[in-house]
Amino acid sequence: MVYLTRKAEFSASHYYHNPEFTPEENQRIFGKCNNPNGHGHNYTLEVTVRGETDPRSGFVVDLKQLKDLMNREVLDALDHRFLNKEVPEFSRLIPTTENIAITIWQRLEPKLKAAKLHRVRVYETPDLFVDFYGEA
Amino acid sequence: MKAYLTRRYLFSASHRLHNDEFSTEKNRAIYGKCNNPYGHGHNYHVEVTVSAQVDQRTGMVCNLLDLDGSVQRHILDRYDHQNLNTLPEFASQVPTTENLCQEIYDILRREFSCAHLEKVRIEETMMNSFEYAGNAEMLH
Repeated sequence: MVYLTRKAEFSASHYYHNPEFTPEENQRIFGKCNNPNGHGHNYTLEVTVRGETDPRSGFVVDLKQLKDLMNREVLDALDHRFLNKEVPEFSRLIPTTENIAITIWQRLEPKLKAAKLHRVRVYETPDLFVDFYGEA
Repeated sequence: MKAYLTRRYLFSASHRLHNDEFSTEKNRAIYGKCNNPYGHGHNYHVEVTVSAQVDQRTGMVCNLLDLDGSVQRHILDRYDHQNLNTLPEFASQVPTTENLCQEIYDILRREFSCAHLEKVRIEETMMNSFEYAGNAEMLH
């Protein structure tokens, strides 16, 4: 089994807010992230796939195909967007780094054929990242 | 759904690697420059990984304020700008980064309860890093 990781970057804005909480609860739980006008990050995405190396091509996955898939399913939707307002998943989910990683997994996993998705890692900053392995 | 959150922290500390049970020559042979009696320092980068089912109300594994507060109180306040050899946990063990990694894991295991502690990883320099996950198998 070989693991291959492809990186990408995207920049987006978001804010954290749960309409079921009172304004005070939202402020206490989410702090500065609760500003309704949003704030932004430069996110780094790492997508790791795993599989056996194809003896003819020597590839686990065709990198061009993986790159195109990431562009189509993830970057076109998230890069330079206000996540709460422009990405359908985040009309019902708070766009935390946790939920961004899960959403990216759900967008990529059904589209991968030869290799299996192993891990989605999203860095919100160099000091904070979330890993999702598809666990229920 | 279960996710893993990793937060990175920084502290600076000094240490000397030395075992009283070894001879001077043996200490020198095993620990080399790290045996300098006056000690030396590092900028330690500590990565703490915790896991939980993502709370659907908050979208979080745990509130970062809780994790940051706990690491500040129990780790950074304890180790930052200290000489590790002077601390009680290193009175009877050498303050290698292996031992430091296990100490930090044990402290957070005891003190942090908002999510499951998965792993502690420490970069002693850009070239050396150490990871400890207790008895659990490490996820990569």
